[in-house]
Amino acid sequence: MSVSKPLPHDAAKLHVTGRANYIDDIPVPANCLHLAFGTATIARGRVTNMDLSPVKTARGVIAVITADDLPYANDVSPSAHDEPLLCDGQVHYHGQPLFLVVADSHLNARRAARLAQVEYALDTPILTIEQALSADSRFEEGPRIYTRGDVDYALPQAKHTLTGSFDIGGQEHFYLEGQAALALPQEDDEMIVHSSTQHPTEIQHKVAEALGLGMHQVRIQTRRMGGGFGGKESQGNALAVACAVAARATGRPCKMRYDRDDDMIITGKRHDFRITYQVGFDDDGRLLAIDFTHYTRGGWAQDLTLPVADRAMLHADNAYFVPHMRVTSHRLKTNTTSATAFRGFGGPQGMIGIERVMDHVARHLGRDPWDIRRLNFYANANSPKPQDTHYGMPVRDFILDDLCDELIKTSAYHTRRADIAQWNANSPILKRGIAISPVKFGISFTLTHLNQAGALVHVYQDGTIRINHGGTEMGQGLFQKVAQVAASRFGVGIEAIKITATDTAKVPNTSATAASSGSDLNGMAVQIACDTILSRMAEFLAHQYNKTADDVVFCDGTVRIGRREISFAQAAMACYQARVSLSATGFYKTPDVAWDRIAGRGQPFYYFAYGAAVTEVVIDTLTGENRILRADILHDTGNSLNPALDIGQIEGAYVQGSGWLTTEELVWDDQGRLRTHAPSTYKIPAMADRPDVFNLSLWGRDNPAQTVYRSKAVGEPPFMLGISTYLALVDAVSACGSGYANLDAPATAERVLAAVERVRA
Amino acid sequence: MSKIHITTKVNGEEVEFLADPRDTLLDCLRDQLELTGTKEGCSTGDCGACSVTVDGTLVCSCLMLGVEAQDKQIETIEGMAEDGELHPLQRKFIEHAALQCGFCTPGILVAAKALLAKNPDPNETEVRYWLAGNLCRCTGYDKIIRAVMDAAAEMRGAA
Ligand code: FES
Ligand code: FES
Repeated sequence: MSVSKPLPHDAAKLHVTGRANYIDDIPVPANCLHLAFGTATIARGRVTNMDLSPVKTARGVIAVITADDLPYANDVSPSAHDEPLLCDGQVHYHGQPLFLVVADSHLNARRAARLAQVEYALDTPILTIEQALSADSRFEEGPRIYTRGDVDYALPQAKHTLTGSFDIGGQEHFYLEGQAALALPQEDDEMIVHSSTQHPTEIQHKVAEALGLGMHQVRIQTRRMGGGFGGKESQGNALAVACAVAARATGRPCKMRYDRDDDMIITGKRHDFRITYQVGFDDDGRLLAIDFTHYTRGGWAQDLTLPVADRAMLHADNAYFVPHMRVTSHRLKTNTTSATAFRGFGGPQGMIGIERVMDHVARHLGRDPWDIRRLNFYANANSPKPQDTHYGMPVRDFILDDLCDELIKTSAYHTRRADIAQWNANSPILKRGIAISPVKFGISFTLTHLNQAGALVHVYQDGTIRINHGGTEMGQGLFQKVAQVAASRFGVGIEAIKITATDTAKVPNTSATAASSGSDLNGMAVQIACDTILSRMAEFLAHQYNKTADDVVFCDGTVRIGRREISFAQAAMACYQARVSLSATGFYKTPDVAWDRIAGRGQPFYYFAYGAAVTEVVIDTLTGENRILRADILHDTGNSLNPALDIGQIEGAYVQGSGWLTTEELVWDDQGRLRTHAPSTYKIPAMADRPDVFNLSLWGRDNPAQTVYRSKAVGEPPFMLGISTYLALVDAVSACGSGYANLDAPATAERVLAAVERVRA
Repeated sequence: MSKIHITTKVNGEEVEFLADPRDTLLDCLRDQLELTGTKEGCSTGDCGACSVTVDGTLVCSCLMLGVEAQDKQIETIEGMAEDGELHPLQRKFIEHAALQCGFCTPGILVAAKALLAKNPDPNETEVRYWLAGNLCRCTGYDKIIRAVMDAAAEMRGAA
């Protein structure tokens, strides 16, 4: 059976030979046009005059499109209709698209886009959390509050209390393939758009609105993305709509791709947060009450800010039961790029809040932070009485106590912690630190209706199989995993399966490939479609051979009917000739989820995915420079559909999570300009940063929830394993003195150095 | 701007193209010669997705002009497999699952091949630092390093 085998990515051979096509590699007709946005150079104000004549007369320019030229909707927002494709006069952030240049080459379009003479009436931009709070600039009325127990009563009762506040930076996705789209006008006003998107249906929706068409006249195809990470959930809308509008206006194919700096300046990033806390606990370090306040900058448009901020609140408990808990969340509107989905979708920000608290409590009591974590864990899955989260969902599948105990052992945490203390005592300049951090991450879209998926499966008369589903491939190996599910259902080899580009004309009304749900949802939909065909085949074959359908077994490329055995191909041919339908759709919706996001009560998740990491770092106390020496990871994938792909996801997520909290620093100046808009200034982890020792194991027990082959989602949860890197840095800094490190994230070399000075003071 | 006629060798074959003097070698490879295996990740020499070799030297093709390619020997990812036979590095990348979205893969393979031509027996640190100019956002690098080490070992054995 091919499920659970570590087979290579379906396109691996294409990738290593350079033959895997991304949007910009698709051969285009010679008359294809190229687009670029002219963008705003202020963060807030009004356009008073826009002289585009130098743009129009620039070399190679075919047309220049402004908001006034748009025949239908000027909106690329996924949610609140507050995101015009082209500026309607009001500028909301530095880098906002003002007009669209259509030219004969990419270079000519970009050069011309810089030539506009734009005059503005300036307004004072709202850039910081303080400015947004004082202007009461928000996306929802007042803050949102989720609460359990009575925090105001319980906090003063606690023997110890601590307060704190810290900042957590955003993060640029830095998918290696920038945003891109290609529109091909068709007969009878139809439009085909190839888009590097995690959400083809939304692209279809937005393109249809912009062209005044029905969704049935627009077809979106996505074969693959060169990375997505959430950055292509909504941020591709603008390019796809721009291409479609320009293609309609000119009657020619139109392609658009952002150069890296445009991509970084225009598109949204991870939400940055400030988290303040007040925590009450007893002598042992058992938490009694906690009061969190989240402040997040959502940028200029709502986009996905509300569900992101909700998910941060839903992960403010992480792995810990706190009897009295309140989370207050302010979703602030600022004149910066519109923050958007990014792997974890607010979860990481919520989670690092309580991890920071655990650390703070432990250091206050002079205890090993691991002991404090262990003490406050939710009750184990086997316990007769599951404990509820602060939003009222019982945690029934908790395994972190067992999982962490195992990791503590395999990583030799206690011995190494003692060794490090000794090493630090003899090392005045370099200091080491070690930390464990657990992850409990809720799986499902919190917007309940998104938890659905469709699939289309065809068996051909030669016994080969072609499948399609609503999920998109961004490197995570979704197509391969789903192909393995189909191969297992039909009992055929993986080579008999062909999985094809996501296509809104084949499977409609899809959800974004997001929330780690890709294989849970689409794997199940494909399984259901396969089973429909299998039962038709079994019924026919059983009848043929005078058996019951239960006597028909599909395995190893053959079909056994009682004692008879024929090849799968023969079975397919026989069914075809007997006029048995060999094509089916499959539809799946996640059971048991229901959530009231206003009240903050319900069961937003189908299950939780778990994991833990132990990270050891070293810092240079003279410069703040630091590196990861060793990482040990134990991660829960349920019964992995493909361990090779899952391990890849976990490693990549850990490194990306560590990057978020260490080197990846976004800097906006006081004019609202992003100063880190290229890899020369924005540093993602590089090959040389990989930990010297990197041990990773899977906790391969079946998912108690009835997921596809009892697997668990793996896209986002391991991202938060990177929190252990941040905590290890805090530990190393703490070795320099007795004060609390109070380290903001990202813990850049500068911040580490400043923290070293602080604890010494 | 008038275009300049360039004759050069790409993957052992003589080719000609007309280069706008402003076009980078990367643009020429992708747009004129339809060799789209070489990718653009940044166009500023920071990501390595555009790696090719020119007369045996590893370069970022986004930092070199197309017109500089006259009379050179250029190797791209498309020339790595010979007669349909994958190069050991390519095979090991598949075996070790050293790729996810694959966008960085061609550049990393070209850079790794250039490393092994210079140093057939690199240690892990040498691999890491040689490839530090090739960014990958998906993999976390671990499997890439393993694949390169394994391919190097196999190639030494085979030599
Ligand atoms: S595209 Fe050349 S180094 Fe990034
Ligand atoms: S595999 Fe996606 S960037 Fe390397």
